[in-house]
Amino acid sequence: MEAAERRVISVIVINEASVLSRITDLFSGRGYNITSLTVAPIPESRYSRLTIVTSGSVRVIEQITKQLHKLIPVLKVIEHADLVEKEMALVKFPITENLADISALCAAYNGNIVNVSEDVIITMVADEPKRVDYFLSAIKRFHPKEIVRSGAVALER
Amino acid sequence: MQISGAQMVIEALIAEKVDTLFGYPGGAIMNVYDEIYKQNSFKHILTRHEQAAVHAAEGYAKASGKVGVAMITSGPGFTNAVTGLADAYMDSIPLVVISGQVPMSLIGTDAFQEIDAVGISRSCTKHNYLVTDAADLPRVLKEAFYIARTGRPGPVHVDIPKDVTAQIAKFDYSKPVDIETYKPTTSGNTRQIKKAVEAIAHAKRPLFYLGGGIINSNASEDVRKLVTMTGIPAVETFMARGTLSVKDPLLISMLGMHGSYAANMAMSETDLVIALGARFDDRVTGKLSEFAKGAKIIHVDIDPASISKLVPADFPIVGDVKHVVKSMMDVAKTLVDKERYTPWLETIENFNRLHPLSYKEDSQDLKPQWVIQRVGETLGDKANISTDVGQHQMWTAQFYPFTRARQFISSGGLGTMGFGFPAAIGVKAADPKRVSINFTGDGSILMNVQELMTAVEQKLPVINIILNNNYLGMVRQWQTLFYNKRHSETDLSMQPDFVMLAQAFGGVGYRVSTKEEFDAALKDAIEKNVVAFIDVKVHRLENVMPMVPSGGSLFNMMLDYKEK
Ligand SMILES: Cc1ncc(C[n+]2csc(CCOP(=O)(O)OP(=O)(O)O)c2C)c(N)n1
Ligand SMILES: [Mg+2]
Repeated sequence: MEAAERRVISVIVINEASVLSRITDLFSGRGYNITSLTVAPIPESRYSRLTIVTSGSVRVIEQITKQLHKLIPVLKVIEHADLVEKEMALVKFPITENLADISALCAAYNGNIVNVSEDVIITMVADEPKRVDYFLSAIKRFHPKEIVRSGAVALER
Repeated sequence: MQISGAQMVIEALIAEKVDTLFGYPGGAIMNVYDEIYKQNSFKHILTRHEQAAVHAAEGYAKASGKVGVAMITSGPGFTNAVTGLADAYMDSIPLVVISGQVPMSLIGTDAFQEIDAVGISRSCTKHNYLVTDAADLPRVLKEAFYIARTGRPGPVHVDIPKDVTAQIAKFDYSKPVDIETYKPTTSGNTRQIKKAVEAIAHAKRPLFYLGGGIINSNASEDVRKLVTMTGIPAVETFMARGTLSVKDPLLISMLGMHGSYAANMAMSETDLVIALGARFDDRVTGKLSEFAKGAKIIHVDIDPASISKLVPADFPIVGDVKHVVKSMMDVAKTLVDKERYTPWLETIENFNRLHPLSYKEDSQDLKPQWVIQRVGETLGDKANISTDVGQHQMWTAQFYPFTRARQFISSGGLGTMGFGFPAAIGVKAADPKRVSINFTGDGSILMNVQELMTAVEQKLPVINIILNNNYLGMVRQWQTLFYNKRHSETDLSMQPDFVMLAQAFGGVGYRVSTKEEFDAALKDAIEKNVVAFIDVKVHRLENVMPMVPSGGSLFNMMLDYKEK
């Protein structure tokens, strides 16, 4: 077996009912991986853009690309080689933690404190997925109560 | 024109020049059936099960080359049809299947006979639609036919809620189909084609590997010319039987699990595989790492996803086989020298002499292979041949003398028992002048036996030849070979009286156990032109040979196995 590689694929689809199920059914039916998947309409068009992070050997990735392309509502499949990739994470901390340290860490990862309530704060960071991983391990000692990641979005350079 | 959704369905079928529709009514599709009642532009054939309606549409499509159409109701009507959709999907058969759905206002409420039909059909159709507005129907139906027959063909499912069939909207079918996201490539890259033909000219032992895509693209005449022009030998997949005539000296035979020794050896020794509309299915290739080892691969297919899916292609050519083969001929004319392959042909001839496809006659029992050959001698080109699934199916592919494309209609990819009889009904509806024979098994025939009623009612005289071994023979063969003869639940000693069964529906039944009786029964059934069951008692323990055990290499064939 060839080694599995992480790959980012963007898919432009007609924004119509059940198009997302067509894509996810294809992945589950053929036994492909989905690490993350994001989807949103492309402004002022009838299309949506999906960003799928997957992994597989070169052969598997080639199959995924071709199979995606075969779906009727799929306009374009972009298998990224040279890309800019960003992911967002929201993290909730008890307000009793060291806010100055947390804030400084967030700043290092293009983020800040976005919400403060009586007993918790919510922070946001936006960075490369790998760097979001680093951030999340760095803030472990501040006892995060909840973490949510958005999944990656990408653009070819 | 302002008409109802139901009327739109009728108008669309007429515009698509549909002459035969197979179906079964029910609550959610009643508005459309009411319009069927009022029209006389096309014929509706009422099958006795929705699965059979779809198989009949498949048989019709395969024999005619047109899109087959089936109609069913929601819920159980639809779920009964799913096997047919899956079968057509696996074998790339162009179908449009229209189902009724509960009214829009009830969708999602677990209403009576509600099932998420498009959710179920998504993974076994080329495309599907849930129509939520009658105004979309003309476009959707036109797209459905277009998608079904273009590119790599396949089934398209259109689910229409009952209130949408009642809704009035504008009907305009004249707009050409324009799906921005669907533009199949047909012509093939000229430079790549030239390079492929150069590789052919330089090869010593090239081999055509002919697949079912040739039949779908109506390219068999062109492929015949290319084969003759280049003098290169050819093997056919199960799905491609009939592409070349058995009379063609360059046709080796079928390859694969039950292919001939010569075909499989040729594939193992070739230095250049020329794959035309074939998809390197596991039943064909055996162990992949040993398949055509050392050979370069030219792979022509309309479906880019089929190319390099299992075996990496050295010359990938995306395009319609018919177009590509024509372009190949233009280049091959000047480049390819027939004489070059003479030693290779001799090698293959030796393989053939060593282990020809054969069987041994038995002094007591009829051999199933004899029956198939006999029908071949008697009817040959004059018959269309369908089969069910099992040993009888493989023997038919091995021993019937096919002479043309679309003559052999069988469930290849899905291997659906119960396919044969309804498919043969569809074949007879499409091609009434030819005799429609269904080779079936004592197991398979009971999986759509109710279709006797359809065939009798519609005067579609299908002759079912039951190669009766009192076994689920193919499974029994595997149990013998790989499970130490533990014949678990495959003994079919308990059987209906097939003669009386046929008679009960108004058909004719024959029970035969000798050559003379078989000849007489076949002759009588053909002359009487009736729906028939010929129950042929055959040797119980006959095995399909040769055989590549699953996962084995093509050159490692089991050539014979005598069972007591
Ligand atoms: C719907 C379905 N169920 C089960 C099978 C598995 N199967 C494959 S061949 C076979 C035996 C078929 O028996 P019969 O029709 O008598 O044909 P024979 O092999 O005896 O010629 C079975 C059970 C199948 N292919 N399709
Ligand atoms: Mg049997």
